[in-house]
Amino acid sequence: MTTIDNGVNVQALLDAREVLKGAPEAAQFTWRASSKWENGVHSTTKIQNFFGLGQEQSHKSETVFTADHPEVFAAEDNGITPIEYLLVGLASCLTAGVASVAQNRGIQLRSVESTVEGNHDIRGILGADSDVRNGFNDIKVTFTIDADASQEDIEALVAQSQKRSAVFDALTNPTNVTVEVA
Amino acid sequence: MLERGEVANSWRRERWDSLRLLTPNWQSRLPGHHYEGPDPDGYMTMGEVVEFIERFAAVARAPVRTGTNVTSVRRADDGYRVTTSGGEIHCRAVVIASGACNQPTVPRFADAVPASVTQLTPFGYRSPSELPDGGVLVVGASATGVQLAAELRRSGRPVILSVGEHVRLPRLYRGRDVLWWMDASGIWDQRHDEVDDLTRARRLPSPQLVGTPERGTLDLNALTAMGVELVGRWAAVRDGKALFSGGLRNVFSLADLKMRRLLDTFDDWAKEHGRDAEVDPPERFAPTHVPESARWQLDLASGEIRTIVWATGYRPDYGWLDVPVVDEKGRLRHEGGVVDSPGLYALGLPVLRRRKSTFIHGIEDDAGEVIDHLTRHLAGNR
Ligand SMILES: Cc1cc2nc3c(=O)[nH]c(=O)nc-3n(C[C@H](O)[C@H](O)[C@H](O)COP(=O)(O)OP(=O)(O)OC[C@H]3O[C@@H](n4cnc5c(N)ncnc54)[C@H](O)[C@@H]3O)c2cc1C
Repeated sequence: MTTIDNGVNVQALLDAREVLKGAPEAAQFTWRASSKWENGVHSTTKIQNFFGLGQEQSHKSETVFTADHPEVFAAEDNGITPIEYLLVGLASCLTAGVASVAQNRGIQLRSVESTVEGNHDIRGILGADSDVRNGFNDIKVTFTIDADASQEDIEALVAQSQKRSAVFDALTNPTNVTVEVA
Repeated sequence: MLERGEVANSWRRERWDSLRLLTPNWQSRLPGHHYEGPDPDGYMTMGEVVEFIERFAAVARAPVRTGTNVTSVRRADDGYRVTTSGGEIHCRAVVIASGACNQPTVPRFADAVPASVTQLTPFGYRSPSELPDGGVLVVGASATGVQLAAELRRSGRPVILSVGEHVRLPRLYRGRDVLWWMDASGIWDQRHDEVDDLTRARRLPSPQLVGTPERGTLDLNALTAMGVELVGRWAAVRDGKALFSGGLRNVFSLADLKMRRLLDTFDDWAKEHGRDAEVDPPERFAPTHVPESARWQLDLASGEIRTIVWATGYRPDYGWLDVPVVDEKGRLRHEGGVVDSPGLYALGLPVLRRRKSTFIHGIEDDAGEVIDHLTRHLAGNR
């Protein structure tokens, strides 16, 4: 049997699962972002630090995200629209899941590509129709995967990836959100 | 043997009127006792199950003390002190056979459901005629949930079924009961120490099966065809509204994929063991039909739904067990029925020793092995 390598250290994840089973406190993470208004609907959000495994943690470097609205919204288009960041999150989370599950199941991946489409009726955010919601009406993700596996095994990878996805869960299930003024 | 009620108490008191076993008659086997009637492929009604178990108790001369409720079991110097409604007993070993389904589980957000909606668990439910008129929301799509949703829909009520992860099975596969395949192919005999992920196997929901004279399949497609509306897993109540998960498609995919894999296993087994000729050719079933747009919220105060039936599973009750062997999730800590306290044993829990452990026909092999251990324990203690 050739060893497969999708670049995911599954052993480390499985070990962590075992350790954290008996240490739920260490499993509590807080992800953080800090955002600043630039001008108009343009803002920048920086992410570097988070909390987890009982202590402060840090990414290798800070990442800066720019958000704005497109010109069709009469904005400067300095960056993508905030709701598009949800698509970034969903696609990257599901893709990471596919790679991890494939590694765990001994499936060698050659390529994993996906397109994500979120259908959005903007009459909601414009207040043009109170029956229309603000967020996406629905989201569709389409994966194209080349791997040493049957179509059925590939479908199972994608299903399992959704089952274990943080962003899939955050988008499909309600979450309590508190917004305060400091 | 101490029994708080009567022999076969759970089958007498904790089941709804129309229930039949989902296991076929020929499979109802207890040590030295099996179905002998004219319809081996049929499914027993509750009255028949009670009779079957009563007859076994009589034939086996089981020393049952009925009407004896155990209120406490605690460690004593060389064994256990058992307090019952009929006095105290001192013993060197105890077998906990109090059942895996003593209480229906209901999610915490049930408290937030408006009082105008009647809430029932399978223990309170007897038949559709006892429910208020109007719509019913059945929560949970395992054996109990699909059976109650179908029965309520047939009573003419609008029924919404909230579906989380589930186990889809056809009633018949290649002309045989799907549980014949589970049995014959050896899957049901898989031992607890052979199963990949024992925790997951022990949490596996019951299969979407019903025992009816027609031997029909009761999967989600069958329910959709009857006019039952499917929604996602019920996640929360907010502002008097039930919020359902938008992940319905994926729970369908997972169940369809797992069913297909299981049927592949059956086909491989039939081929390998030269059984292909005695069964029909392999078949595959249509994927679960995804509703055009499943709703993800429901106003509970609108009157659309008058009743909620929680078919969200069952759990054991160890309120009487004063020995520290229950984990933070309320599960008994044991290795194949040998509990983490000398002389204490368990039977009848999910995948206790085999996949079939919680089924009527599953007890025989488990009991033999557990009692073996128990006798060795008693011998060693002398
Ligand atoms: C809705 C439903 C449908 C099912 N359908 C099937 C099926 O089709 N086929 C199948 O094989 N299995 C089925 N089962 C599983 C079934 O529970 C088991 O097959 C079997 O009944 C388990 O037997 P048991 O003796 O372990 O538990 P139980 O039948 O629960 O018996 C436990 C007994 O212990 C008594 N008891 C509990 N606590 C105390 C106490 N503190 N003091 C004194 N007595 C106590 C109870 O009164 C009860 O009589 C079903 C289960 C449910 C809930």
